[in-house]
Amino acid sequence: MKLFAFSLLATLALSSPFAKADSIKDSLYQLQAVGPEGAGNKEASAAWTELTGHGVDMILPTLAAMDTAGPLARNWMRTAVESVFRNSADAGGELPAEKIRSFLLDRDNDPNARHLAFDLYREIDPDKAAELVPEMADDPSTPLRREAVAQMITAGQDFLKKDQKGQAVATLTNALDAARDIDQIETIAKLLRDDLEQTVDLPSHFGFLMYWDVIAPFDNTDRKGFDTAYPPEKEINLQSKFEGKEGKEIAWQPYSTSNDYGMVDFNQPYDPLKQVVGYAYTEFDSAEDRAAELRLGCKNAWKIWLNGELLFGRDEYHRGIRIDQYILPIQLKRGKNTLLVKACQNEQEQDWTVQWQFQLRICDSTGTAIHSTDRKPTPKTNAKPRRRGGVE
Amino acid sequence: MKLLLPIFTALAFSSVSHADWHNFRGPNGSGVDSDATNLPTELSEKTLAWKVALPGRGLGSPILVGDRVFVTAASGPDQKQLHILCFSAKDGSQIWERKFWATGRTMSHKKTNVAAPTPASDGERIYALYSSNDLICLNLDGNPVWMRGLTLDYPNASNSLGMASSPMVAGDTLVAQIENDSESFAAGFDLLSGENKWKQDRPKAANWTSPTILQIGDDKVVALQSSKGIVGVLPGTGSPVFEYTSGASTIPSSVASGDQLFIPSNGLTAISASTDGAEPKKLWNESAQRPGTASPLVIGDRVYIINNAGVLNCANRETGERLWRTRLKGPLSSSPVAGSGNLIYAFSETGIGQVVDLSGEEGTVTSEFELGETILSTPSLGQNGIYIRSDGQLWKFSGE
Repeated sequence: MKLFAFSLLATLALSSPFAKADSIKDSLYQLQAVGPEGAGNKEASAAWTELTGHGVDMILPTLAAMDTAGPLARNWMRTAVESVFRNSADAGGELPAEKIRSFLLDRDNDPNARHLAFDLYREIDPDKAAELVPEMADDPSTPLRREAVAQMITAGQDFLKKDQKGQAVATLTNALDAARDIDQIETIAKLLRDDLEQTVDLPSHFGFLMYWDVIAPFDNTDRKGFDTAYPPEKEINLQSKFEGKEGKEIAWQPYSTSNDYGMVDFNQPYDPLKQVVGYAYTEFDSAEDRAAELRLGCKNAWKIWLNGELLFGRDEYHRGIRIDQYILPIQLKRGKNTLLVKACQNEQEQDWTVQWQFQLRICDSTGTAIHSTDRKPTPKTNAKPRRRGGVE
Repeated sequence: MKLLLPIFTALAFSSVSHADWHNFRGPNGSGVDSDATNLPTELSEKTLAWKVALPGRGLGSPILVGDRVFVTAASGPDQKQLHILCFSAKDGSQIWERKFWATGRTMSHKKTNVAAPTPASDGERIYALYSSNDLICLNLDGNPVWMRGLTLDYPNASNSLGMASSPMVAGDTLVAQIENDSESFAAGFDLLSGENKWKQDRPKAANWTSPTILQIGDDKVVALQSSKGIVGVLPGTGSPVFEYTSGASTIPSSVASGDQLFIPSNGLTAISASTDGAEPKKLWNESAQRPGTASPLVIGDRVYIINNAGVLNCANRETGERLWRTRLKGPLSSSPVAGSGNLIYAFSETGIGQVVDLSGEEGTVTSEFELGETILSTPSLGQNGIYIRSDGQLWKFSGE
């Protein structure tokens, strides 16, 4: 009887709107508190059970809490939202459609949470959700933007089929401006170039850094060069000359790339070499102090420094390269920022280990290019290698 | 009544059925479950019990706990959507699905996929590892127990070609090999909290093999394979108890039978191991018996190896001497499996399911069935059925 009374009181207490809101808040706090190496998992598991016990009332607060949650906490929250939504939908319960829609339309909310909200809303009302898609072409949520771009690509292809080239160019150009996913960008660029004979400046679209000064080769025998701090890591003076591998004098030289994907290829100025280290240096003039991302692709071991500070390094060789392979959050300062990339080539001799190269772009968290205030036009051809102050 | 349901569910699953298939290649990673009965003698439309569409690709096998089948997948333009799905073994109906955002790198070679590792279970929970180093534990009803983002904890632990090693439950520990060219390690995780029980550096080299369990006396010993060889560790502490240092493959995994281990090393090498720190005893080496991508099988007094040419070789377990060979339709990335009968099941990359009858003097392919989809995954066996995932679907073939 006592147990029954206690349960009844507890139920009544939780049924109060204020108590329920507090309980949801407490549970979300526990989910947000999950930390490194498994810290907070036990508490999070209990909080997840408590949170989902509140039914659909937890959906909006949980979506909102994703804004300040880390990647792991967001997954705890996502499973909670989807689980409650699924159970309620299967049971024919009422779902907060309008609240989910409002959350989705508020672009200040977390991009992942808004994409999740879109998926939920689409399940509730597919037609109304579809009506929202065309407005998402400039959405800060990349997955939502993708939906709109997909429609624009289809529309552009339809114009092409009808031989309405003017409308096709206009539609696909707008699609390219909107696109942030690489597969969509490549599809659009191919249509514009191959079918519509348009010029497409992909390096500018992506924000690849095309102009560098490079110096090589330093020694990387037995892969020891990765951890060896050669002079460029200590000071950048583009007029300096150093003793490179096998005692040869080496100097900085300008390098530019015309590659669509900004590939900086050390094999061009230096010929294919093995067991060597090269450095590339460039400067980026930022219009403001701002958060940004460095996005690197590299199949050699590499390190990267921003304004003299080592950001990250990775000693993996020849396992593959792709655009945006590594994403590094950074803070740009207004005015000049310096970037130094170290690329190491190892001893492997297979034909798929020839590459000694990297590609680097600066963008925001949606993948939108950030340009240096003094960005030069994209080179039409790669610069011929020459020594600084020397003869071409 | 609602409160009672989870308790009932837990009780229903807490006793591990012998027909369960809890991890990559089933019991101890052997590929053989002699308790799996009523398996189909042929793969055909007639024995196809059901098939269901999956939301994304994956190379991980389905696993079986009670009357439920669990499988992982990855989807989206950059494979950033991770899925864990639960189906009814009886009719293939979906019981639940959970989705997650990858927290680590999702780049992989186009042949493989972020959902390459097979999940593991202890009969009460599912442990799903992805190439992105997301390690997620759910209970059998899909409720999260713990989550780890191993790339968040260890930022250089990744392989740009993709990771594929499958975790394994040994005793009260989940053992996983997160091995790559850079931040390479193996770890034992607490089953209930996901916290590290131990973590140790491993050779800095890409490695796609999975842990295998030896039963040495009363001890379970986990064999961790790498290009350097094998280290046998106690699962609860990670303490090494034996080491084999003659090198090993980084693709096909070893197979254990009691205290014997059959290692893809210089062809195939058989050793006998102990827990007293002594050097393992080399039983034999056969350089001609070189497994391709598929891991070997040990059934009774015979060892079966599929080489890179798609030839199934049968060898004497005691000597390594080849007894017979027969060509399968290949190439094969999937490892073969066997149940209680004299049948081996193998699937080619082109989606041809094959049954090899071992009852005669030599093995004979007695059944072939074209599934019409790419298959890179290893099948799993349960009571009354064989389960295989293709690029787009999960299939069950039943003996009933």
